[in-house]
Amino acid sequence: MSTVLQDPQTVAETPNYLNAEYGWRSWLFTKDHKRIAILYIISITVMFFLGGIFAGLIRVELLTPQGDLVNSDTYNKFFTMHGIIMVFFFLIPSIPATLGNFFVPMMIGAKDLAFPRINLLSWYIYIAGAIFALAAVVMGGVDTGWTFYTPFSSTFSNTFVITAACGVFIAGFSSILTGLNFIVTIHKMRAPGMTWGRLPLFVWANYATSLIQVLGTPVVAITLALVGLERAFHIGIFDPAIGGDPILFQHMFWFYSHPAVYIMILPGMGVMSELVSCFSRKAVFGYPFVAASSIGIAVIGFLVWGHHMFVTGMSMYASLYFSLLSFLVAVPSAIKIFNWTATMFRGSISYATPMLYAFGFIGLFTIGGLTGLFLATLAVDVHVTDTYFVVAHFHYVMVGGMVLAYMGGLHFWWPKMTGKMYPEGWAKFAALLVFAGFNLTFFPQFIAGYLGQPRRYHAYAPEFQVYNVLSTAGATILGLGYIIPFIYFVWSLKYGAPAGNNPWKAKGLEWETTSPPPTYNFETTPIVTEEAYAYATHKKEEHVG
Amino acid sequence: MEQQFDSATLGMWVFLLTEIMFFGGMFCAYMIYRNMYPAAFASTSKHMEPFWGATNTLVLIVSSLTMALAVRAARLGQQKALQILLLLTIFFGLCFLGVKGVEYHQHWVDKNVPLIAGHWDYSNSEEFPNQAQYAKQAQILFCFYFFMTGFHALHMVVGVALMLTIFFMARRGKFNASYFTPVEISGLYWHFVDIVWIFLFPLLYLIGRTKEMM
Repeated sequence: MSTVLQDPQTVAETPNYLNAEYGWRSWLFTKDHKRIAILYIISITVMFFLGGIFAGLIRVELLTPQGDLVNSDTYNKFFTMHGIIMVFFFLIPSIPATLGNFFVPMMIGAKDLAFPRINLLSWYIYIAGAIFALAAVVMGGVDTGWTFYTPFSSTFSNTFVITAACGVFIAGFSSILTGLNFIVTIHKMRAPGMTWGRLPLFVWANYATSLIQVLGTPVVAITLALVGLERAFHIGIFDPAIGGDPILFQHMFWFYSHPAVYIMILPGMGVMSELVSCFSRKAVFGYPFVAASSIGIAVIGFLVWGHHMFVTGMSMYASLYFSLLSFLVAVPSAIKIFNWTATMFRGSISYATPMLYAFGFIGLFTIGGLTGLFLATLAVDVHVTDTYFVVAHFHYVMVGGMVLAYMGGLHFWWPKMTGKMYPEGWAKFAALLVFAGFNLTFFPQFIAGYLGQPRRYHAYAPEFQVYNVLSTAGATILGLGYIIPFIYFVWSLKYGAPAGNNPWKAKGLEWETTSPPPTYNFETTPIVTEEAYAYATHKKEEHVG
Repeated sequence: MEQQFDSATLGMWVFLLTEIMFFGGMFCAYMIYRNMYPAAFASTSKHMEPFWGATNTLVLIVSSLTMALAVRAARLGQQKALQILLLLTIFFGLCFLGVKGVEYHQHWVDKNVPLIAGHWDYSNSEEFPNQAQYAKQAQILFCFYFFMTGFHALHMVVGVALMLTIFFMARRGKFNASYFTPVEISGLYWHFVDIVWIFLFPLLYLIGRTKEMM
């Protein structure tokens, strides 16, 4: 895999997917997976900042113990809309639909995904879902929490539950179609020589994610459909007054939504493998284990949903089982963390921006994962259920893990996607801001939660104020850390230095083509002759696929 | 071309997996309530007409046969047979929907439709010793009945539309012995929808009749 460095000027002139066609029709009716990925990036960025505004409003309200900015009803709508937008419209599509859409076909040496039309359709479905969600915001919001718990959501809430649930229902099908497309693509469209044992770990991670999307999402779809019908017709499936069982809703909801947590982290782990390997100049340590752990997480992840329900009065034996399996699911995650660390050991590490995000991921995800074990422990969970401890835990995984991985991946592949470099100094500064701001925001919440501050209230006891002030201050820094990259990424489109084909000297098929890639990715179908991450040229490691 | 056929077939199988999970959610909820209220569920199933259910089962099985034969005809390049068999499949699909419509109408007349105010009245059911309690539980069963058969009927409507499309494609001579991917994958879908009904029929129609065995 040798890389021929071309003169930057000629690189800019080469025909590529960006200058192949012009005009809005060429974007809205494109079947090119790269353009669809760009459409997704723009859409989820809009949703991210919208969800961020709600987060900001929450933090401002919590600056003081009294509920003085908004009343409790409005506050309920803030955290609900923050959750719905961030989970369903940012985190779930974040890496698969953007970086995955762009790079899975390139990494396996394919021209496109298996079903380009379905890929475009999935974006339109996503937009339709987003419109419903936004309509719910504009009409006056939803106050059920992102989990839509019954019977509150089905019987008592006076807000626009059906509209929001429709949005989530519709967006789910976009997720299913993306997953379906990836599974078929990875099975059927690999270039000659690209065996399963040579797939980049990012592809493995997206494959595992796709399995969850395909198997889990339809269950939440039917569950939300039942909630909607229950709400519209008062038929009683989740209404205890008629004989329905509201806890059944929680089972069915978490059957999807816990695996969905892994939809929100597995692709991030895939990005991590790419980053750590590239910036340590070493093959990922224990490739088969890292690949298998992705599948392991996907499988075990389907069997742990009950740990969200330890305090619902579920059978004690069920609780024991869910607790045990929740501990087990930590094992494959730990394998990944250890293997990335071992990859860095004696590597020649460089501190480029993507690697800074990778460092951040390892630290923050480890904290998020370990506090997850606190919550899997039955007795501790009873103490901290519905406190800020839980909020801090999942933000360490979702933001400290997934968002950092997304940012790292975006910086890593930006030169490939646009042909332009971002300003490295600003990027490092922003990465540090994100790390510092994030910790300042969420670490105090662990303490406040452990001391007993409940989540989802707009007012709280005065002794918790110091933690909340710290948290709000951190959120301000964090917000700045997101705005700066937004500005310099847009700036770099016009003024960024030309990137060349392989600015990181990285391995992988996506780096072998021009930047930005031509419409069909490769001039000729590549033939793969070596293992993934063949960085060490002096010694070839034999991997067992 | 072969790669496209393989991809499309695998894609359809993966899609059917998501469909299984979609119906699976409903089946799971149904099983839980059936376990909670076995007596009420058994009695309510007496309001279903097994004759119509069995007829529809037969209709669907025959339609699966014509579908399978249609795929075979496509593979062999027999254009005329393909079109006739597709038409037969569409015909049986419409028969199924027609019978389902007759049944829904009967429920409407019997006031067994809990979804709509004014069409739910369970007090005239003589076999219930404890009216008030059973009426509510029966309401849940009828909801499941309408959801499950309703979602299934929706899939049938989509299936018929799909078959019409395939039929018109066949008429324009789109298929031959080396290209019949759309016939094959819509066939997979059709069989799947049939199989769902094979499970729905005993669950919804026949419980009351096996009550003694429970």
